[in-house]
Amino acid sequence: MGQYFHSVTLDRDKCRGCTNCIKRCPTEAIRVREGKARIFEERCIDCGECIRACPNHAKSALTDRLERLSEFEYTVALPAPSFYGQFRRTSTPETVLRALLGVGFDDIFEVPVAASAVGYAVRTFMNQASRTRPLISSACPAVLRLIQVRFPALLDHIIPLESPMEVSAQLARKRAEAATGIPRERIGVFFVTPCAAKVTAVKQPVGRAKSAVDGAISMSEVYGAAVSHLKDAESGRRFQVALASGLGWGRAGGENAEIDQGELLAVDGIHNVITVLTEVEKGRLTDVDFLEAQACVGGCIGGPLVPENPFVARANIKAMADMVDSGNPRPPFGEDELAALYDSGVFTMVETIPPRPVLKLDEDVTRAMAKVERLEETLARLPNLDCGSCGSPTCRSLAEDIVRGLAFETDCLFKLRERVRDLAAEMKELAEKVPPSMDQPSGSERTPEVG
Amino acid sequence: MTSVPGAPVLTMSFDIEGRNFKASGEASGRIKRTLEQVGLDWNVVRRAAVVLYEAEMNIVIHAHRGVLRAEISPQKVVIVADDEGPGIPDVSLAMKRGFSTAPAEIREMGFGAGLGLPNIEKHSDQMSIETEVGRGTKVVAVIMVPGGAPDVTPPGATQADAT
Repeated sequence: MGQYFHSVTLDRDKCRGCTNCIKRCPTEAIRVREGKARIFEERCIDCGECIRACPNHAKSALTDRLERLSEFEYTVALPAPSFYGQFRRTSTPETVLRALLGVGFDDIFEVPVAASAVGYAVRTFMNQASRTRPLISSACPAVLRLIQVRFPALLDHIIPLESPMEVSAQLARKRAEAATGIPRERIGVFFVTPCAAKVTAVKQPVGRAKSAVDGAISMSEVYGAAVSHLKDAESGRRFQVALASGLGWGRAGGENAEIDQGELLAVDGIHNVITVLTEVEKGRLTDVDFLEAQACVGGCIGGPLVPENPFVARANIKAMADMVDSGNPRPPFGEDELAALYDSGVFTMVETIPPRPVLKLDEDVTRAMAKVERLEETLARLPNLDCGSCGSPTCRSLAEDIVRGLAFETDCLFKLRERVRDLAAEMKELAEKVPPSMDQPSGSERTPEVG
Repeated sequence: MTSVPGAPVLTMSFDIEGRNFKASGEASGRIKRTLEQVGLDWNVVRRAAVVLYEAEMNIVIHAHRGVLRAEISPQKVVIVADDEGPGIPDVSLAMKRGFSTAPAEIREMGFGAGLGLPNIEKHSDQMSIETEVGRGTKVVAVIMVPGGAPDVTPPGATQADAT
C-alpha cells in the first residue's frame, strides 16, 4: 500500500481492459495498461463510479467483514440512514433494528439520530460564522476528496463539522462504556456502509487523525445477514427510534430538509457535483448559505454497496419516515442536550483538510509551463475522438500522460496507423528502387521473355 | 501588456461570441485548468478563475464579440478581455456594485447583477479599463503570484515562448 488507502480495488483476473471505467472516472484516475485497468492512487477519491461502471465486476470495495465482530467484547452497529430504505414498507424501523441486532451486535446506535444532531450543529454554525458562502456539507467523504483533488480553492467552504457517522461513533462508544463498564478499546463500533468512500473515511479519515469507527461493513453483507432475522423481529427489544428527518439523510435532499434554514442548494451524483462546484469556483452562488453535495445519484441510497434499487429505497424511506411521524415521536435529544453536545466539541472537525492537487504537470512552474505548450501541441496532432483505445480516457488526458512521460503518441491507434501507412508508403517507394547496375535506361522498351 | 524580456510567458487566447450563453464559461474554464497544470498557488488560481469568468461573461452579455486572453508567468497572471461592443459611457458608474446596463432578459437568466467589474477589481491586484462608446472595451486585470520566482528564466529551464 502506498501513501493512500483506497477501498476501491481491482480484481485483475476479472478485468478485461475495456474502457468503461476510465470513461466514467470523475478524476481521470484510471488508465488501461497491459490489458488491465490501473488506478492512480493520488487521484482516486473512492467515489465508486468505476464499481458501478464495470460490466465484469472487476472493481470492488474493500470492506470489513462481519467476522471482525469477534475481536471485541461488546459491539455496536451504526446503521446508515440508507439502511432503513432496504426494507419494504411492511417493516417498521424497530423491526429493522431488531433484525440488525440478530446479525450479532450487542447494541445499535442509529446514525440518523446523530444526523439530526448534526443538523442542529450546522444551523448553529451557520448562525455564528460569517464565513465564505456557500458552506459545503462535510457528510459525503467522496465529495471531500473530490474537493481536495479538483477544487482545492474551495476547501475553506467545507463546514468544519464532523459527519453523522463520526458523531454517532463517538456517542455510541460513550454510551456503551457507561452502560457496560467495558473499557473503550474492547468496544467495537461498526458502521453499516452504503459505499466505498465511507470505508476509506474510516481507514484514512480527513479532518481528524483517527476515526472513532472501528470498522465499516458492507450494507449488502449486513442486509443479507439481517433479512433472515426479520421474521423473529416483530416483537422484542424496544428502541427509541430516530426522527423521520434523520432517516431522510439517506436520500438526496434529506440533509437540507433537516437544516431547513437559509438559502439551500442540493446536488447529487458526482458528475453533477462537479458542475455545481465549478459554479461556486467561478464566484457564483455566493447567495447560497449551504450546499448539500452527494457523490451518488439519489444520495446514499444510490451507494455502490447498497443492495436495493435506489428508487425503491427512496420510497421505502419515505414510508418509514411517515410511520415514525404518525407515532408523534419524542426527539432523541432536547435543545439543552444539543447545546451541551455542541459545546463539548463532539461535532467539531479538528484538523483542516489539506489540498491534494494532482493536475500540476511539474513541481517547477517554468518547466510546467513548457509542458503545457507541449501538451497543447501534442493534443493538436491527436484525432480528438476520445475513443479511449489508448488506455487514457480522452485525447487530452493522453496528451497529459505523454508530457508526464507516462505514454507515447503511438499509443494512439490512429497515430499508429498513420505511422504504419507512412512506413508502408516509404517501403513501397524503397522497394521500387533498384541498384543502378540493374536499372534500365529510361525510355527503353523491355520485351517480355517468352518461355 | 508586454512581459519582462527573458521571462517565460504562456499565452492563451479565445474568441468569445456575444450572447452565446451556451458556450459561456468554456474559455475561462480552459484557462483555469491550465493555471492548475502550471501549478500556480491555488489562491491565485481561485482569484483568476473569478476574474476570467466575469471578464468572459462581460463580453457575452454586453459585446458583439471579443477575445479573452491570459498571459501566464511564474510572477503574475495577466487577463485581458478585449471586445467590440457598445463601450462604457460612465466607467465610475459601471464600477459601482449593483449598477448594470444588462437588459431584463439577461437579468432573468441570473446574470447582469452589476457585480462583474467590481468583482474583477476585488479579485485582482491591478485593473485598468480602456473604453470607447460605440467601439468597445478593453479590461486588463493583473493577479500577482505571492513569492513568485524572480523575473528571470532559471538556468537550464526551457524557454516557453508566447504563442
